Amino acid sequence: MASVRHQCSQHGQPNVFPKCIKFKSSTSTNLEQPKHIGIKQVTYTNKLDIFEPSSLKTTPIFRVLDCAGELNKSAEAIIVPNNEELLKMYKSMVLLSVMDKLLYESQRQGRISFYMTNEGEEAVQIGSAAGLLSDDLIYGQYREAGVLLYRGFTPERFMNQCFGNIDDEGKGRQMPVHYGSKTENFVTISSPLTTQLPQAVGSAYSFKRLNNGRCTVVYFGEGAASEGDAHAAFNFAATLECPVIFVCRNNGYAISTPANEQFRGDGIVSHGPGYGIATVRVDGNDILAVYNAMVKARQYVMTNTRPLIFEAMTYRRGHHSTSDDSTAYRSKDEMEQWASKNPIRRLKLFLEKKNLWNDQDDLKYASDTKKKLMQTFTIASKKKKPDWRQMFYDVYDELPEHLMEQMKGLEEHLKQNSQHYPEND
Amino acid sequence: MNLVNKSLIFKLSKKLNGCLKRYSSHFVYHPEQTSNAFGKVSQQNMYQAINNAIDLVLNKEPNSVVFGEDVGFGGVFRCTSGLRERYGKERVFNTPLCEQGIVGFGIGLAVAGTTAIAEIQFADYMFPAFDQLVNEAAKYRYRSGNLFDCGKLTVRTPCSAVGHGALYHSQSPESFYAHSPGLKIVMPRSAMKAKGLLLSCIRDPNPCIFFEPKILYRLAVDNVPEGDYELPLEKADVMVQGRDVTLIGWGTQVHVLLEVAEIASEKYGISCEVIDLVTILPWDKQTIANSVKKTGRAIVSHEAPLTGGFGAEITAAIQEECFLHLEAPIRRVTGYDTPFPHVFEPFYLPNKWKCLQAVKELVNY
Repeated sequence: MASVRHQCSQHGQPNVFPKCIKFKSSTSTNLEQPKHIGIKQVTYTNKLDIFEPSSLKTTPIFRVLDCAGELNKSAEAIIVPNNEELLKMYKSMVLLSVMDKLLYESQRQGRISFYMTNEGEEAVQIGSAAGLLSDDLIYGQYREAGVLLYRGFTPERFMNQCFGNIDDEGKGRQMPVHYGSKTENFVTISSPLTTQLPQAVGSAYSFKRLNNGRCTVVYFGEGAASEGDAHAAFNFAATLECPVIFVCRNNGYAISTPANEQFRGDGIVSHGPGYGIATVRVDGNDILAVYNAMVKARQYVMTNTRPLIFEAMTYRRGHHSTSDDSTAYRSKDEMEQWASKNPIRRLKLFLEKKNLWNDQDDLKYASDTKKKLMQTFTIASKKKKPDWRQMFYDVYDELPEHLMEQMKGLEEHLKQNSQHYPEND
Repeated sequence: MNLVNKSLIFKLSKKLNGCLKRYSSHFVYHPEQTSNAFGKVSQQNMYQAINNAIDLVLNKEPNSVVFGEDVGFGGVFRCTSGLRERYGKERVFNTPLCEQGIVGFGIGLAVAGTTAIAEIQFADYMFPAFDQLVNEAAKYRYRSGNLFDCGKLTVRTPCSAVGHGALYHSQSPESFYAHSPGLKIVMPRSAMKAKGLLLSCIRDPNPCIFFEPKILYRLAVDNVPEGDYELPLEKADVMVQGRDVTLIGWGTQVHVLLEVAEIASEKYGISCEVIDLVTILPWDKQTIANSVKKTGRAIVSHEAPLTGGFGAEITAAIQEECFLHLEAPIRRVTGYDTPFPHVFEPFYLPNKWKCLQAVKELVNY
């Protein structure tokens, strides 16, 4: 104690006093202008408020085309694609829906092992694909076949994948609907939900550094948004400033779980402000709204080098998959209500008003498409499966010794037991 | 009075001795033999050698980045120190604190063609990224029919015992990942090996997990080649030739086994062959089998728990490959099937005394 006093007295005054003044002055400025790293413009308040989320305004849904196919005149400067493009959008939606019906039925007949339709979500997929550049890298969940189709992936290639035949680019290793294409810049689908989100952010970071004019676009359902990887991706994209568009297909259900058991906030757009991410919410059954919003979203992420959350409100009209009977958890009434909001019909009504399409065109296109798809299907179904040795390749870039050994082991086994294996399928 | 003093001194010295036992390192570091095969060398410890390897990559490959928690200021183990100053914030950066994000983000970088060097602060904290590593990174090339891959991803992480790391700063989780086809898993034993192997991992066209035994960061000092050199993956090193028993380990444990071989030879005239496995997946079965066919006895030793540890895989393979040559059962000297404890670490580790006992028992079997 004495020595402490002695040290203090060396400076003349006990040093408590000047310290105190200093402390006081710095506190008083802090009181008026609090500073917290990472938080912008914050003030103190002496009013104790708990902020109820219900007090916040619900984000409105952007729409330009009503259910009768009427273009909203008061909608601000929207781009209406040229006639050729409009017809491509429409035909792609119909093609997707016809292919869905065919492949769904083929699964019911046991000809392919599994399928997932895109019914009701055709506009989200085609409209968003139309608003992007073909160079933009897409990461999907599994209900985005339309994006791939719009980019030029042919029905033949879809079917090769579903059959896992010799022409499947994935070499027959994954379940049906797990498509991927290098040429269409569509990263191969995998089953684990949401894993693609932080990956899309990483690719976007790579593009930003290369300054190559590309962005990444990642699709996911509202159920997938509950996974930890969604949190990771939103936060990384914001803090690392990545040009990525997070497209959420909010279709009301994750298998049987309705969205109100999935989240309590204002859907997926409500995540945006929390992470410091821009958002847009659109009518997913209005292809022109989706298209316009995507054009603008892309412009936003590229000029600001920032992410954006794009929530498309829609309804999953089909079953979750061929392994699911959705009547077990939702009403017929509900399903019928949404049938009337059919995104394909909405665009058809619009095209009719523009004299670009009529019922005859429609019947002819649908029946021609069906015929062609049936032929393609038959060809794909008759193709052989890849050589069983393909099971061992691509685990690594080269076949390592232990896999070579295991492959030879199976080869030996098959020599004596080939009659028990479907070797010549 | 005299008596009291004497017993006090006795007690004190006993206590001190206990302290030494508790706090002394459980192994003696065996530096690498100096060789000029890779040009000019300088004395570096393991974190400096790792820093040097990353520096080389960033320098030679403009499309490469380093990221993780706290790597920007140099990393909690200094492995990335000075790199942000040299290569900029865009290439050496902190991420939010989220392991699944770090690995997922790294996969995405690699898919887009960027060399991604990710750091997980401790191997104990890799488990949140288990899904991204096992379901995604490992299977990327296979499931896409080689349309896409994330071969440019390397995940570095400090692992293994450090003296006082307890449950979450001591784990050796290599065997969890060894069950995942598509990954390469490497653990170096020294500064010199760390640099060459890390360079190989980063440039290998497959996703690699590089486990760095953190106790070696400062302790392992070698003459490390200053230039660029790569050491082969999937290749075990026969460190000491021997006749009677094959001792197999990796990481820090190699140094324990080297000392065991020395004691066994000096005290008991037992000749041990010591092998550093180096790569856990895919592992070098041939080198191990050749050795055991010669010695007829094998001990596998690792810090990780016994049950489901990688020792089980090696043991089963030796049994299959060398059945007619075996003179004794294969032994595993490993951590116990408990979480990694704090104050009991000296009792937990598969130290030289436990390994030596196993050597004696096998020779006398």
